[in-house]
Amino acid sequence: MPDTAVAGTPGTTRTHGATLEVRDLTTSYGPVRALDAVSLTAEPGRITAVLGANGAGKTSLLRTVSGLVRSTSGTVLLDGEDITKSPVESMVTRGMAHVPEGRGVIAELTVEENLRVGALFRGKVGREEYDRVYDLFPRLVERRDNPAHTLSGGERQMLVIGRALLARPRILLLDEPSLGLAPRIVAQIFGLLRQLVDAEGLSVLLVEQNARSALSVADVGIVLNLGRIVATDDARTLMADEDLRHAYLGF
Amino acid sequence: MQQFIDTTLSGLAQGMVFAAFALALVLIWRSTRIVNFAQGSMAMATTFVALALVHAGWNYWLAFVVALVSGFVLGAVVERVIIRRVEGGPELNAVIVTLGLFVAIQAAVAIIAGSSFQSFPAPFGLRGFTIGGNTIALTPNRVFVIVAVLVTMGLLVALFRFTRVGLAMRAAAFGQEVARLLGVRVGRMLTLGWALAAVVGSLAGLLIAGGSFVYPAYMDSLIVFGFVAAVLGGLDSPIGAVVGGLVLGLALAYVSAYFGGSSVVNLAALVILVVVLLVRPGGLFASTQARRA
Repeated sequence: MPDTAVAGTPGTTRTHGATLEVRDLTTSYGPVRALDAVSLTAEPGRITAVLGANGAGKTSLLRTVSGLVRSTSGTVLLDGEDITKSPVESMVTRGMAHVPEGRGVIAELTVEENLRVGALFRGKVGREEYDRVYDLFPRLVERRDNPAHTLSGGERQMLVIGRALLARPRILLLDEPSLGLAPRIVAQIFGLLRQLVDAEGLSVLLVEQNARSALSVADVGIVLNLGRIVATDDARTLMADEDLRHAYLGF
Repeated sequence: MQQFIDTTLSGLAQGMVFAAFALALVLIWRSTRIVNFAQGSMAMATTFVALALVHAGWNYWLAFVVALVSGFVLGAVVERVIIRRVEGGPELNAVIVTLGLFVAIQAAVAIIAGSSFQSFPAPFGLRGFTIGGNTIALTPNRVFVIVAVLVTMGLLVALFRFTRVGLAMRAAAFGQEVARLLGVRVGRMLTLGWALAAVVGSLAGLLIAGGSFVYPAYMDSLIVFGFVAAVLGGLDSPIGAVVGGLVLGLALAYVSAYFGGSSVVNLAALVILVVVLLVRPGGLFASTQARRA
């Protein structure tokens, strides 16, 4: 079954279109509601940016979608299939790659080993797929055999994105990729993301505090506040909505 | 000169066993951040499995292999059934649970097999080789001990460095959450890690038992030495465990031969531990880099 899930090429159009569909998702940590009936979709070939202040529930959203945190109610559909209760380990075989906050490199492993872990579940993976990641991020080539803890913040971000791509996902969940990076590097990474999405029909659910950068690259923007969605719209429309920007996005 | 060479040789052989035991502790510490105080009694239990089979008329090597396999199963069962419940919880819980296991296994073996001393066969001769008319302290059995530990270490290195399952185990050990997101079945890898560690611990138990006596508490001193060796090496480093084991084996052999005999060996081990921790708190092989997930 996992094989068929992997075989689905990016951009496969389904009858209802969305790669990921989240319906009325609620997540609580004890008495605290981190997510309150959140519904959204992420479509192939589009970047959906989830924005909001610290504590708005952005990270909780991604962690619930990928199963790291269990929802109290609601459903998560991946290409129409209910994955709400599926184990975390199975997500990547189903075509969902989640890059957690804080650049989830495995610090003790080398760059190459980190990449190999990303492709482990697929069995034998041809050298050309690794070369493609190194082509996308040439800075990783010379660091190939260095432990990942020697990398700079930007290089780590490149490594985790490259590693996620080796899983050949149909949807990529990215948690705060811009955190702590120089604006130039952020622009570079977002630009590359845009290219990948346009070229391969990848679907991206991007969580960002850096709303300005995120909206500049995204197709759709979703604004979260205290676990609830307060706005969903075209990225350009959101960018133009000054009241909303001042109220929730801080610019 | 003869005495020095003999002391060095017996220290090396002892050190190899310490190294194996320390390696087992390090394997578990690295993957689950638990110090397995039950390691010694688990190894003792599997040695008794071997002894029972030898008494039943089995070939030594067959009993040896079955004991290692039973170590694998015991390690896996202990992790899956007992340790899984305290993993990721407060550290003290794991300490108490492994200490409890240590006592429980020892008591269980004493009930089943009795607590009297029983002699355990050695697979090879216990008489030293003769070189130029002198008999040295290197016996065929000690050669076997050294070779067995070296081969085991080589296999472990190969497993972790060159195989997919080894890579998955390292990923699971160093970045549990990330590994799960990448599709690594972390629970399975932790079970496998405990199982392998128990095999290595069992090997140490079988090797130190060879040509000697076994009883339910015969591993107790090895637990202390193995733990000191592991901490000397930094507790996180397999190579450190091996070097720590050898350093400790040699140091204790010299102490025993030149400074007051075997009665001060235990004391010496703890003095070495304290001195190393004072000078290099992270152990001899601690990486200077702090862990970051």
